[in-house]
Parts: sequence; structure tokens; C-alpha cells
Amino acid sequence: MTDGHIQVMTGIYMDNNATTRVDPQVVAEMLPYFTEQFGNPSSMHSFGGDVGEKIEWARGQIQKLLGAEHDTEIIFTSCGTESDSTAILSALAAYPARKEIITSIVEHPAVLALCEHLEKQGGYKIHRIGVDGKGRLDMDAYARALSDKVAVVSIMYANNETGTIFPVEALARMAKPHGALFHTDAVQAVGKIPLDMKNSAIDMLSLSGHKLHAPKGVGALYVRRGTRFRPFLRGGHQERGRRAGTENTTGIIGLGKAAELALSHMHIENTQVKALRNKLEQGILAAVPNCFVTGDPDHRLPNTCNIAFEYIEGEAILLLLSHQGIAASSGSACTSGALEPSHVMRAMNIPYTAAHGSTRFSLSRENTQAEIDRVIEVMPKIIAQLRALSPYWGVNGPIEERTFAPVYA
Amino acid sequence: MWDYSEKVKEHFFNPKNAGVLEEANAVGEVGSISCGDALRLMLKVDPVTDVILDARFQTFGCGSAIASSSALTEIIKGKTTDEALKVTNQDIAAFLEGLPPEKMHCSVMGAEALHAAVANYRGEAWSDDHEEGALVCKCFGVDAALIERTVRDNDLKTMEQVTCYTKAGGGCQTCHEKIEEILMTVNGSVPVAAAAAPGILPPAALERPCTSAIPAPAPVSKPVPTTKRMTNLQKINLISSVIEDIRPQLQRDGGDVDLVDVDGDTVYVSMTGMCASCQMSAMTVSGIQERLITALERPLRVVPVQPERVRA
Ligand SMILES: Cc1ncc(COP(=O)(O)O)c(C=O)c1O
Ligand code: FES
Repeated sequence: MTDGHIQVMTGIYMDNNATTRVDPQVVAEMLPYFTEQFGNPSSMHSFGGDVGEKIEWARGQIQKLLGAEHDTEIIFTSCGTESDSTAILSALAAYPARKEIITSIVEHPAVLALCEHLEKQGGYKIHRIGVDGKGRLDMDAYARALSDKVAVVSIMYANNETGTIFPVEALARMAKPHGALFHTDAVQAVGKIPLDMKNSAIDMLSLSGHKLHAPKGVGALYVRRGTRFRPFLRGGHQERGRRAGTENTTGIIGLGKAAELALSHMHIENTQVKALRNKLEQGILAAVPNCFVTGDPDHRLPNTCNIAFEYIEGEAILLLLSHQGIAASSGSACTSGALEPSHVMRAMNIPYTAAHGSTRFSLSRENTQAEIDRVIEVMPKIIAQLRALSPYWGVNGPIEERTFAPVYA
Repeated sequence: MWDYSEKVKEHFFNPKNAGVLEEANAVGEVGSISCGDALRLMLKVDPVTDVILDARFQTFGCGSAIASSSALTEIIKGKTTDEALKVTNQDIAAFLEGLPPEKMHCSVMGAEALHAAVANYRGEAWSDDHEEGALVCKCFGVDAALIERTVRDNDLKTMEQVTCYTKAGGGCQTCHEKIEEILMTVNGSVPVAAAAAPGILPPAALERPCTSAIPAPAPVSKPVPTTKRMTNLQKINLISSVIEDIRPQLQRDGGDVDLVDVDGDTVYVSMTGMCASCQMSAMTVSGIQERLITALERPLRVVPVQPERVRA
């Protein structure tokens, strides 16, 4: 059991920020709506009758999970990305005289790429607020960027790579006096931390089903009652005309069930899952030299831990982990086909000696104590194995830059 | 995750000849930690017969970088240095039963280390290739000689292929023009979509083009309808003041930037501190470029000159 050829019994999945396993209870809730209640919710005949009601039930579950005042504030979409696009484009269409957008440099590409497109093709001015070494937003820069020229602020609730939580309530309140709408991409936060939208200054909030044990390809956008809204998809009258297109009924029902389960497990997420995450993190930090936690450990999702291992490269770590049946992910360039480490690591100015080796473990309520112990057991060996290959690592630790001086760098 | 061949996996999970070779009399070192991969190749060469008796490596990099290093050492052991020099990156990739296109640069790094090691053994100054002027891609430290050799050995036709094989051009993209010139010289014709202005990637000629992480800077050829009319002096003053605005931020991070010269729409700057020849400076360069384009409302290209070499 010690030579690196350990038999893998079951896989250990610690990549829940990428996507989650659909909960079997969610699948059970969905199944009848494929074959028995398959009608179109818009149809008059009875094949569609119950489906419409069930969608409203699902809407109610999201309402409860978000702590929203009205269920009509929930619009179902096809994914988190669609929710983000809908929110930002709606705000721009509703306030055509305002030509500026504020966002952060660590957003998901769903927001970043849209803003870049709007900047190049739409003539919008984009303020990208920076972060410090711990991934905390530059509040002064944010305050300076706010003005009555800003149509919408879109700043994420929690970062997908580090789990760092931004003070979105405070940010939303700061936007109010300027008349700017406030949208937050809460794809990583929903289901992991309690929300209370009825007592919030946030105008719009995006979520995505597959991050909370619902299927892929379904999401929702919360739009506070009274917020000016312009649809992204026009056509039929579905979603009260705010999102045309025949509903993804089974997906929506699955999302409803997943929301119900997330709410009932909220306590577990913030006690048990958090304790497992902390144990994993402390275990690795104690056993492996030259590694550190990235992001802001004091304001962080309970399930996420991102550790940067110095002098080795992330893809190699993931390959060795996966050889042991463990799934995690990396901010390294090589895992994505990109040539450079992730924009989040670069934004935090993580030295390149470590950015390439950053590794994310993201847990869920399905992880066990035994799995944590297993990862803590294999991690030091994996890191040592790769460092033994690294020209930057000697027998006693990192070697002086001087002794490895490539002819060109 | 990448679709690696069984052979790549074999050489990654159980690399051959890893570690330090104490009796090495030839050492080749290429790459850098900032670029995401680096390789030190150590050879023990028989001084009489020139036969490579033993080869070992140390590699910082992804799965295919480690596998390529392992493959290289297996290929060259027992060969004379002359025979070894005939080994190309293609041989390394073929030995591994293929590499994903985005990972071909790993095999190129192996071939480079080999050339460096043999030069070191022969007492030749291999680094001569890498004098200031020859460095084409500053973001990834790739010189003209390497690009030329790789284009020739692999019959490359497009900018994107060059980026996949060498990384050159995958950052700020200010080197695209020079790379296109090399493509033209080697291929003796106009490279595919060479007419496109720098900053615009030619249409993908590969089935699976590799992605570059840095978004393309505002295309310089983008028609700017309302170009501000200004004198040269006004223009230079404005550029200078934008750069002055940026400096405090860079200085906070331990770096600096200076305006060196302005030639038409090309702005030459010198970057110091930080890692002047690493990818972080690519970010900075494209950032400066965007700021200047915004301020001057005209297409401009920022070119870093005389970077402080990462050399000890
Ligand atoms: C923060 C964040 N926003 C948006 C998305 C995109 O969500 P979807 O995959 O549902 O489009 C993701 C998921 O990768 C995410 O992590
Ligand atoms: S991409 Fe080659 S110099 Fe930046």
C-alpha cells in the first residue's frame, strides 16, 4: 500500500465547484416528467396540466433557498452563463443612456468575456476592479468607479477558484445612490451559504443547477420586483414573457428538488463540510513543505480550499491524483490548453513559482472523513514525487535560482 | 484532462532516467518556471568516442513535459553526439505515440535541451543564438533560431501552429509580425492569412487550435473612425503622461516601465524589475497598450525593448 500502486476502491470526487453529482432524490423527482407527465406546460390538455403546477412548485423552492419575497422574482434559464448574460444585457437595455459597467478582474468568463465583447463591439467602458494578494476586492477603486454613468455592477458572490466571498451586500448598497443596478453571479454561493434576498440590496442574482446537485443545463436568474427588465430571449410567453422558449421542465423540476435539499442541508454544509475542508487543508499544510492557501481564508465558501504548491506544475499533480482515483482541479495553464496560469491566480499576484502548482479541492455533503484522510495520506507523496523530478527542488528544499539558470528564460 | 497516449502515461507515471547525473560532462538547461516548464538535461559522454553513455533529466512541467524528457533520454542513450543532434522534436513525439497539438512545445523543449547539452559538451557557446536581437517572443523567451528550426522540422504553416509548438506568440502577440516573417522566409511564401494585422489571429488551420490565455489586445487594424488630430509632440506628451500614470502601480509590485521611443504608431518601452521577460510582463504590456489606445483613440502597438534578462 505504500509504493504508489494502491488499489482504488471508489473514486474520491473533490471537484464540486466544477460540477456536482445529481442527487438520486433529484433524479427520482424528475423521472415521471420524462415519460408520464411529458406535456407542454402551456398546453390546455391534461398531459400538460400537472407540469405547470410542478414548475411553480420548483419556483417556490428556489424562492425559499434564496429567501426571496416573491416567487415571481425567479426566472428559469438554461444555465448560469445565460443568467449572467441576461442580467447584464437587460440592465444595459433598460438604461441606454448609461455606458459604463463595473465588474471585477476575477469574474468567471461568463461575465468577463461578455464585458470584453461589450467593450470592443458596444463601446461600453468597463471598470475591472482589482484584488489584493488574498483576493479581496479593492474597495477604494470600486467607490471611485461608481457614478451615474454606470448601468450595472456585476460582481461575483464567491469566486469559483478560491471560494473567496466578496462583500456583495455592501457593494450593492454603495451602488444604490448612483442608480446603478447590482447583479451578482452567485453560481458558487447558492446552496452553500444562506441567502436572504428579501432583506438585500442586490437587484439580480444568477445561479446554476449543476453546482448544487441538480442536472446540467438549467439555471435561474433572480430579478427583484420593480427592477427594470428586458428579455434576452424573445418569443413565447413563458416565464411571464421574460424568457421565451419551452421550459426545460425536467431540469427545472430537478433544480426545484435540489434547492429543497440544499436548504435542508445548509446547516451540514456550514458545519460538517466546513470541518472536513478545514481538516483537509490543515492536514496538507502540515504534511507538505512550501505550499500555501490562496484566497481569503476568513471569508470563504465552506467547501473550497485552494492550495498552491511551489516548484511543481498543476497538471502533473492532477494526473497523479487521478491515478489514485482522486478528482480535483488546477489553476495551472497546462490543464486548459492555455499557456498561462489562471487569471485569478495572476490577479492575486501569486508568484509564478506557485501559480502553476495551484490545486483546488472543492467538497460537497457527499464527501466523507475517510476520503479526507486518504487525500491527506497521498498528497505528500505526490508532491514529493514531482519535486524529486523538478530542477528547482534539491534534497533539502527549493534550490537557489542561481544554480538553475537556463540559457534563455 | 488531456487525451494522452498510453506511451505518454507510461513515461509520466514511471519516468525513465529522472534525477541528477553526478558524473555529467554535458548539461543543457532550457525553459523557465515562469513559462510553466523547464528542463535540465544531463549527459555523460565518452570523451573518446563521443557516445552518450548515460542521460538523466530534471523537469518542471506538466505530464507531457515530464514524459517528453523521459523519452528523450531513452532515445539518445547509446548514440554519438552527432547522431543525437539529428533527433528532432518529431522523433520525441513519435516515440511517445503522439502528443496533443497544444502540447507539442514539450517535445520542442526536449530537442532544445539536447542541442544545449551537446553544445555545452563541445564547449560551444550555444547561447549565442539567444543574443538580444534574436529573441522574438519576449513573453515566452523564444528566439528566431528555435522558431525557424521548429517551422522547418514540423512543416508549420500558420501562426497558431507556431504557438502550439513553441508557445511563441501566445501572450501579448506583439511578436506576431516577426513570427510571420520567419514563416515566410522558411516556407518561401506568404503564410496562411499573413495579411492579417498583428493582433488578429489567422483563421485556425489546425483542427484543434490551442487557446491562448491572454485575450487579444484591441486589434490594431480596427478602424477608428474619429482619430484625434494631434501633432507629434502632443502625441508623445500624451503617451508619456499615460505611462507616468501607470508607473506607480508597477512600482508597487516591484517593477517599472519607461518610455524609450515613439516611432509612428509603435511605442517602445523598457520594462524592469519583476520578471521582465516573463508572462507577467505580457499582461502588463497589453495592459499599457490598451490604456494608450484608449487615451489616444488610435491604434498603437507597445513593444518592450531591452528586457532585463533572467540570467544569473
Ligand atoms: C462563478 C461561475 N459563474 C458562472 C458559471 C457558469 O455556469 P454554467 O456552467 O451553468 O453556465 C460557473 C460555472 O462554471 C461559475 O463557477
Ligand atoms: S506573445 Fe510573443 S512577445 Fe508576447
